[in-house]
Amino acid sequence: MIHFSRWKIILIFALCTLGLVLAAPNLFSKQQLAGFPGWVPKSTLNLGLDLRGGSHLLLEVDLKAAYKERLTNLVQSIRAELRRERIGYSRIGATGEQALVVIRDPDKKARRGRGGQTNIERATKLLRRLEPGTEVDVSGARITIKYTVDERRVRDNQVLQQSIEIVRRRVDELGTTEPSIQRQGADRILLQVPGLDDPERLKKLLGKTAKMTFHLLDPRFPLGTPPPAVAPPGSFLAKHRPDKRQERQGSPPRLTLVLKKRVVVSGEHLVDARAAYDTGRPVVSFRFNTIGARKFGRVTQENVGKPFAILLDKEVISAPVIQGPILGGSGIITGGFTVQETQDLSLLLRAGALPAPMTILEERTVGPELGADSIAAGQIACIIGFVLVLIFMVMAYGIFGVFANIALVLNMTLLLGGLSLLQATLTLPGIAGIVLTIGMAVDANVLIFERIREEVASGRTPLSSVDAGYRRALTTIIDANLTTLIAAIILFEFGSGPVKGFAVTLSIGLVTSMFTAIMVTRLIVVTYLRRRRLQALPI
Amino acid sequence: MAVFPLRLVPPNTKIDFIGRRKAAFVFSALLMAVSLVFFAVKGLNYGIDFKGGILMEVRTPGAADIDALRKRLSGLGLGEVALQEFGQSTDVLIRIERQPGGEKGQMIAVVKVKEALGRDVASYRRTEFVGPKVGGELIQAGILAVVLSLLAIMVYVWFRFEWQFSIGAIVALTHDVVATIGLFSVLGLEFNLATVAAILTIAGYSINDTVVVFDRIRENLRKFKTMQIEALLNLSLNQTLSRTLLTSVTTLLALLAIYIFGGAVIRDFGFALIWGVLVGTYSSIFVASPVVMMLKIRESITSGSIGGGETGQENPAE
Repeated sequence: MIHFSRWKIILIFALCTLGLVLAAPNLFSKQQLAGFPGWVPKSTLNLGLDLRGGSHLLLEVDLKAAYKERLTNLVQSIRAELRRERIGYSRIGATGEQALVVIRDPDKKARRGRGGQTNIERATKLLRRLEPGTEVDVSGARITIKYTVDERRVRDNQVLQQSIEIVRRRVDELGTTEPSIQRQGADRILLQVPGLDDPERLKKLLGKTAKMTFHLLDPRFPLGTPPPAVAPPGSFLAKHRPDKRQERQGSPPRLTLVLKKRVVVSGEHLVDARAAYDTGRPVVSFRFNTIGARKFGRVTQENVGKPFAILLDKEVISAPVIQGPILGGSGIITGGFTVQETQDLSLLLRAGALPAPMTILEERTVGPELGADSIAAGQIACIIGFVLVLIFMVMAYGIFGVFANIALVLNMTLLLGGLSLLQATLTLPGIAGIVLTIGMAVDANVLIFERIREEVASGRTPLSSVDAGYRRALTTIIDANLTTLIAAIILFEFGSGPVKGFAVTLSIGLVTSMFTAIMVTRLIVVTYLRRRRLQALPI
Repeated sequence: MAVFPLRLVPPNTKIDFIGRRKAAFVFSALLMAVSLVFFAVKGLNYGIDFKGGILMEVRTPGAADIDALRKRLSGLGLGEVALQEFGQSTDVLIRIERQPGGEKGQMIAVVKVKEALGRDVASYRRTEFVGPKVGGELIQAGILAVVLSLLAIMVYVWFRFEWQFSIGAIVALTHDVVATIGLFSVLGLEFNLATVAAILTIAGYSINDTVVVFDRIRENLRKFKTMQIEALLNLSLNQTLSRTLLTSVTTLLALLAIYIFGGAVIRDFGFALIWGVLVGTYSSIFVASPVVMMLKIRESITSGSIGGGETGQENPAE
């Protein structure tokens, strides 16, 4: 334990230097770092949102709703197919996780041509071909169709990826810096936006699916007529957005409109949307792509003088009358908006619709002030803890305490270097982890020094005491630190956010403290003893 | 030279720790009983991490008029609203119980509160809300983390030592965990994710301490094959006493720095850790070792071999 081969000494120096180099970028500002040549390591500690301020939002994508919608579409195409093939059904619809059709006269054979197959046989064949990734089950006259497990997984994955993309676009539109958007588990998105201390607008934007569709009104129920209790077939009821100005005057409650189910054109064909003014009123101007423009042009041409409705998330936001054919593919949406509302609406339309609704499960927002206060408090705690331990170690072990302190300083540098290298996020509990590491890091040295004291007491020579002290303390140090490391790693696995940051600093701190105690202080102690040739150890 | 070097413990102490195991047992049993009774009767003051709900830290332009703020918020019909001064007189911590209406309900309530507070608040330092779904998951994850780490530590100690040590370690750790939960229940401190982190850290610290003592017991069992087990344990505890106390002191110094200077947000966290160091140090001396003795470690050593560590090739004579 008192011999160091040359390569080992070189390795120790190399590692310590590496730690210093990796920790060094933290001393400089981002601007300064950018000016350095390319080979200089530039990774610095990432500050967690609790330190730099910002908003952390955990979002959940409603995959079930997306599936349900897909099932509804499937039912519609089943209905169309059966009609085309003239196969009668007594019931059709989506029930729970599957689509169900009950065929009328299942055993009746088709009159001519069709190969003499029964209705149920023809229907089954038809539905099997309808869409890939579906499973068809037949029992009696009932046919159930559902998507396979694999297909659902693939689609769920797509929905989540799309949602992430849309969230990214919406957040980017807000002009925030360096948002981080991560997938979490099967149906969650973790959104972290540094520097955003009032996320109410973002939350409002994320809460909207922003599915926009254009519909014609049911001609049987023109604007102003009372709506029926139940929508007639092929139509549906939609409420008009509450008009703030009308509400203030205490005038009529929300209007209910009867709209044709058929979608004239939808938001997916939009290429641009902007907040604008039309004769002084805030409006949203939009532009369709060629397909959208053609559809929109045709419908407006055929329905001049009739009203149509623009729906956003199943709510009518505007129901203007078509003044004339709109062939250029661009138009404006009016509807008693405020300026802020037109800005939000155009942003949502530009970013596109979410494939499924989203809810915010959790929000944690820290203002920049508190973040700065926490950093300041953390720094003070670090420095004071550090100084107290340094003083105590010198008081307890004299010159050996100084050695341990050199190791402690190095340990902190290595810890900083390690955190920078891993691009770990430093959080407030993480700072607590560093301070705790300061206190616990000296433990390895304490174990060794106590052991050396014992060996000295048993009458050994200084060198032999040091040798035996290190050798015997080694297994203890490893056992003791590994068990703590186990707890820290499990904490990392199960903890979230700031707690993870704590586990990271604690774990790295344990590893670096073992290294500095076993290698660095030993090298210092041995070198010191060789130079001084002491008769008695000052420990 | 009286202070330099400072010795917390004189060399060659001969304190009879094991002889006081009955008193220690009574003390620990009482500690456990109080903790469990409080936990069962009073329960824990769960924070929003587990319970769901809303937490806001606001700064007011002048010294905060908490009563006025409370009046304004209780008019909103949001159920239980708790306000407290936080760190300094201008800062107020507002806790609002979980709102009905799932995740959306929390969001709406946050907007309502912000509207109601209006100009009384200079800045929102923190806004957090946790919906019911996440809360439930975090509870599960927290319990799982504590149980798993205890098991992992037990397996490691079993692997490196004899099974008696592993039982001793786990009893001591459970003791520390229960005592910490008890402390939170008795004082009504907020029990949140950071508390779970604190408990795991306490477990880590305590096992560290315990393993150091165990290591010495194992070494001495090999060295002094005929020594009475009580004397042997006492010897091991006395030999490691200086280290135990020194490390406790350095750790406590660092933790005191966190507690006093680290800011209001992590004060409770620091407090839990300080308690943990005290309990952990106590348990590795008075709980872990007596358990190992009760499990008849000596008999299992003499009949078999003891694994791990290096064999004492040095002359055992002192």
